[in-house]
Amino acid sequence: MKLLIAIILTACFVNNYVLQQFLGICPFLGVSKKVDQATGMSLAVIFVMLVATAVTWPLQMMLLNPNGLGYLQTIVFILVIASLVQLIEIFLKKYIPALHASLGVYLPLITTNCAVLGVCISNIDSEFTFVQALFNAFGSGLGFLIAMLLFAGVRQQMEDCDPPECFKGLPVTLIAASIVSLSFFGFSGVIESIFG
Amino acid sequence: MGFSIIGIVAVTVIGIICAIVLVIAAKFMSVPVDERIPAVRECLPGANCGACGFAGCNGYAEAVVNDETLPLTLCTPGGAAAAAGIAGVLGREAGESVKKVAVINCMGDCNKTKNKSDYKGIQTCTAANLLFGGPASCAYGCIGLGECAEACPENAICIVDGLARVDTRLCVGCGICSKVCPKHIITIQPVTDKVKVLCSNKDKGATVKKTCSTGCMGCGVCSKMCPESAITMTDNKPVIDYSKCTSCGTCAQKCPAKCIVVEG
Repeated sequence: MKLLIAIILTACFVNNYVLQQFLGICPFLGVSKKVDQATGMSLAVIFVMLVATAVTWPLQMMLLNPNGLGYLQTIVFILVIASLVQLIEIFLKKYIPALHASLGVYLPLITTNCAVLGVCISNIDSEFTFVQALFNAFGSGLGFLIAMLLFAGVRQQMEDCDPPECFKGLPVTLIAASIVSLSFFGFSGVIESIFG
Repeated sequence: MGFSIIGIVAVTVIGIICAIVLVIAAKFMSVPVDERIPAVRECLPGANCGACGFAGCNGYAEAVVNDETLPLTLCTPGGAAAAAGIAGVLGREAGESVKKVAVINCMGDCNKTKNKSDYKGIQTCTAANLLFGGPASCAYGCIGLGECAEACPENAICIVDGLARVDTRLCVGCGICSKVCPKHIITIQPVTDKVKVLCSNKDKGATVKKTCSTGCMGCGVCSKMCPESAITMTDNKPVIDYSKCTSCGTCAQKCPAKCIVVEG
């Protein structure tokens, strides 16, 4: 139990996918302009990370590894995750239209999101068990949500200021992102001290 | 060599399985899309302004097809033409479409109200509003830096003497200005509502009198004199019930601050 909590906190803060491992930067910059959009996107990411882990972990352990096909990991994962997201979208549209209305717009965007692929691969590399992998996926998604919400707040503030011409738009956004990222370095070592 | 062939075969097989699953899913779980929705969408101007209350033109098209009771006239930029187009597609009566325009609920131009500070910062209303509620002495009134004028897609708003004015001939009633105004003093009203209270100040009379010569003091004369009892006082400010108002103009005549006007 203690280990599972440590996994969630580590994935969420210390190894935050966006701010520490710099994966999934595309939606981080693209959809972080408004808080409600950022929330919708992040919830979709949490959902897809969980489902993708639930599918790719057994696939790696039961199909690829026993047959010596471990080197196919990346391409098979991309293939499976992409079709999975499509399948989820079709399924939601038919059976849960309300959820589709709130998450639907973001699902195609995360079809090949590198953060989702990153979670699936790191689950295998860290030699997690199935349950641990699911917790890691949930924690990573939660970390994504935190990063998106934090940054959406920062960006809404930035809308109202007047940076020099050469910094307008993306440059000042990237600088702000780096400062937010810097603040997350403060978490390194914290988890070891608490649970170690 | 044999090693790589296994890899190719494995990926191909997984790919084919995924494809088959997706095709089956698309076949069995497809949602029939009502073909009237794109047809209705064609009748709308495509401005995605959200004046109808739905998320863009697609949202309204979908809602109006699925909900029989929803009025066809909610699209203000499209006006009567869009309503007639939708009516044609759905085979329903268009109903009467009333043009709506933006109303600036403030009359405090720079002759009637003064500035309490000399603002030199970023020249947008939102930025000015962050600094102690803006430079104007009235905390409720128009700041006059023209954020609404800039946001207006039809160029229907101009700033005259530090106060935003709407050109009702150009205004399409999309409501973008009312969303950007940091003071929230712009409302979208049907042109048939002729009597308007052009003041948003909620303070007590004595305070208002000091800040603006045309500010509503909340005296309630309009409410007492109205022959139709259409005016109630809320937050020191008259609220007109347009279902009762006959545009007789009694309130405008009696108002000591002259902040009620009858247009048209």
